[in-house]
Amino acid sequence: MKHLISTRELTTDNAIAILDTAIDMVDVRSRDVKKLPTLRGKTVANVFFEDSTRTRLSFEAAALALSADVTTFTSQGSSVSKGESLKDTLQTLEAMGADFIVLRHSHSGVAATVANNGWVDAHIINAGDGTHEHPTQALLDAFTMRSRLRGDAARGMDLAGVSVVIVGDVLHSRVARSNALLLRTLGANVTLAAPRTLLPREIDGWGATIVSTLDEAIEMQPDVVITLRVQKERMTSGFFPSESEFSEIWGMNDSRLRRLPSTSIVMHPGPMNRGLEISGSVADSPQSTVTEQVANGVALRMAVLYTLMGDSR
Amino acid sequence: MTILIRGAAVLGGKTADILIDGDTIREVGSTTPAADRVIDAHGLIALPGLVDLHSHLREPGGEGAETILSGSRAAAAGGFTAVHAMANTNPVADTAELVELVAERGRHAGFVQVRPIGAVTRDLAGEQLADIGGMAHSAVAVTVFSDDGRCVGDSLLMRRALEYVATFGGVIAQHAQDPQLTIDAVVNEGNVSSELGLRGWPSVAEESIIARDVLLAEYVSARLHICHVSTAGSVDVIRWAKKRGISVTAEVTPHHLLLTDERALAYDPVYKVNPPLRKADDVEELRRAVADGTIDIVATDHAPHASSTKDCTWHDASFGMVGLESALSVVQHTLVDAGHIGWADVARIMSVTPAEIGRVDGYASPLTVGSPANITLVDPATSEIWSASRLHGGSTNSPYVGMTLPGRVMSTIFRGTETVIDGALVAPELLRNE
Repeated sequence: MKHLISTRELTTDNAIAILDTAIDMVDVRSRDVKKLPTLRGKTVANVFFEDSTRTRLSFEAAALALSADVTTFTSQGSSVSKGESLKDTLQTLEAMGADFIVLRHSHSGVAATVANNGWVDAHIINAGDGTHEHPTQALLDAFTMRSRLRGDAARGMDLAGVSVVIVGDVLHSRVARSNALLLRTLGANVTLAAPRTLLPREIDGWGATIVSTLDEAIEMQPDVVITLRVQKERMTSGFFPSESEFSEIWGMNDSRLRRLPSTSIVMHPGPMNRGLEISGSVADSPQSTVTEQVANGVALRMAVLYTLMGDSR
Repeated sequence: MTILIRGAAVLGGKTADILIDGDTIREVGSTTPAADRVIDAHGLIALPGLVDLHSHLREPGGEGAETILSGSRAAAAGGFTAVHAMANTNPVADTAELVELVAERGRHAGFVQVRPIGAVTRDLAGEQLADIGGMAHSAVAVTVFSDDGRCVGDSLLMRRALEYVATFGGVIAQHAQDPQLTIDAVVNEGNVSSELGLRGWPSVAEESIIARDVLLAEYVSARLHICHVSTAGSVDVIRWAKKRGISVTAEVTPHHLLLTDERALAYDPVYKVNPPLRKADDVEELRRAVADGTIDIVATDHAPHASSTKDCTWHDASFGMVGLESALSVVQHTLVDAGHIGWADVARIMSVTPAEIGRVDGYASPLTVGSPANITLVDPATSEIWSASRLHGGSTNSPYVGMTLPGRVMSTIFRGTETVIDGALVAPELLRNE
């Protein structure tokens, strides 16, 4: 595996190997010396055409923990949004010595295009492309689920039999897309809960069950509920009538949390709209994994860099 | 100058010799008189020169992608002797001066007859009518009007346009795409758009406009042509309209007869086209619709783009693919070899009927004595891997490169002048009309 573009391309064995490597990276990060020399002399370029401080910092921390040099390129200007300039920008960064390009872009497919077209030789890691995928988020979510649900026995295990509900704006969510595909690969059962306006019209390939409301999904007593961020621009463009109605039907709140098994967990990729897709008290409850996800994100991204390093095909 | 075509299967049927005298077919039969030049056509099929109702020649304004000369050469290489040039140039072909300029440059190039299509609305803005009467009454007597690339979306404007164009005996070629339902849409809506996270272009956005427009055409007694039909549902609507006696004709592109939306799965922009590639069921239904006459013609929607707008991300890429050189091969592959139609039907859907819709003279009685000598000789028995060397226009955005396709145009004769000889285009300077 030279690039990480989509969770679709991960086999079960690939995915489990990355999750297991992440366990080792968590161990590294708990030591006195929190660094490995693996990427010494290598350069990781964080190329963010869309603002995301959290993801960028997470990748930076991961690269530094593997002793890589880190360069950062951020731009939201329209002058670099054209394809030719993108190609030029990436070739320039590579010419400066980037071995890994961590790429975030507001348009779906950009990471795949960069990896497929031979514009650059560097490893490409998709750090989120439009409404397509965000594979490292899905991997860190799977890692978090596996740690919580399997505990010390997690190493080597998949997520067979785990039931996961993904609720909210599935249509526009790269997190939902990457998660649904990866969870399926790992053997979990995925249920999507959303209004029809926020679901893709056809998703035969996802192997997911679809329900209308979060209450229906709660009745299924899932092990995991993943709440998705509702983007501000969706709130005013007719996908649902009001924030209060959305929150009423698809928001994760205390009453719904109480109806879940006490062992179930509630996840959110962040940043949260407290009070909309998730209530503040649920976000802060012991069943919430929100901060754990952030912590695991660094270890998981270290595992991805480490894995790609070992394979240049 | 006389040319004798010896031993061609006329419209895929009986073998005959065809004698051309000047720009006219003088004899068709078994006599073999002497001629200034003899073309041995044994094993080849003789078709009438092909007529494309839908090409983008890009000139003026888009010469980096195609010129009238380069597009004419691509057309001749594909067996065409007449092409209709779409109006979405820069400036837009919305005045008599512009359409006369386009036709004159086509005449000067000399490879095919270039028939300009006039814009329906000024500057394609969808607000006020273009100079339709002026273009209809110009020296080139425009009969086809289209805002192609954009839909005439406003219902009242479409009604007025149908009525006004009908006043001059013309036809509106509608690009059926509900603008609101397709905001930012870049790929067929379905499993593929779900997987790719790209904004979907729903089939209903095409079908609902066609349904509206056939009813408007019926209501105001106007003629309507539907560009690039791409969905099975559209076929149903058109079938219903024809049964009802509405004056509607329809075209399908070669690419919609062959390719499906799954081609987009690797985000390769060569497959980005509008309307988008659809599903296998749509492709099958489009083929059946050509066979049963619901779809009248095949038109290329030849849409050249410079590499800078195709060697980029899916989002940034332009819509469109070149298709003039490959059209006949794709039609042979998807319709003839697949058993849907015969070669006489190919002549009908790629020459006689498009000429009739566009009111192009000289194509009504193909390969008959006294007709203009517009003839294409095709070798149906060859089959080869398509490469960019088969392309002769200004751009190379062909989705067929690397695919194996049958058939090859060996000879194209435009008004008695050979534009393709032994499968090779003649040099531009040999044809240029000063």
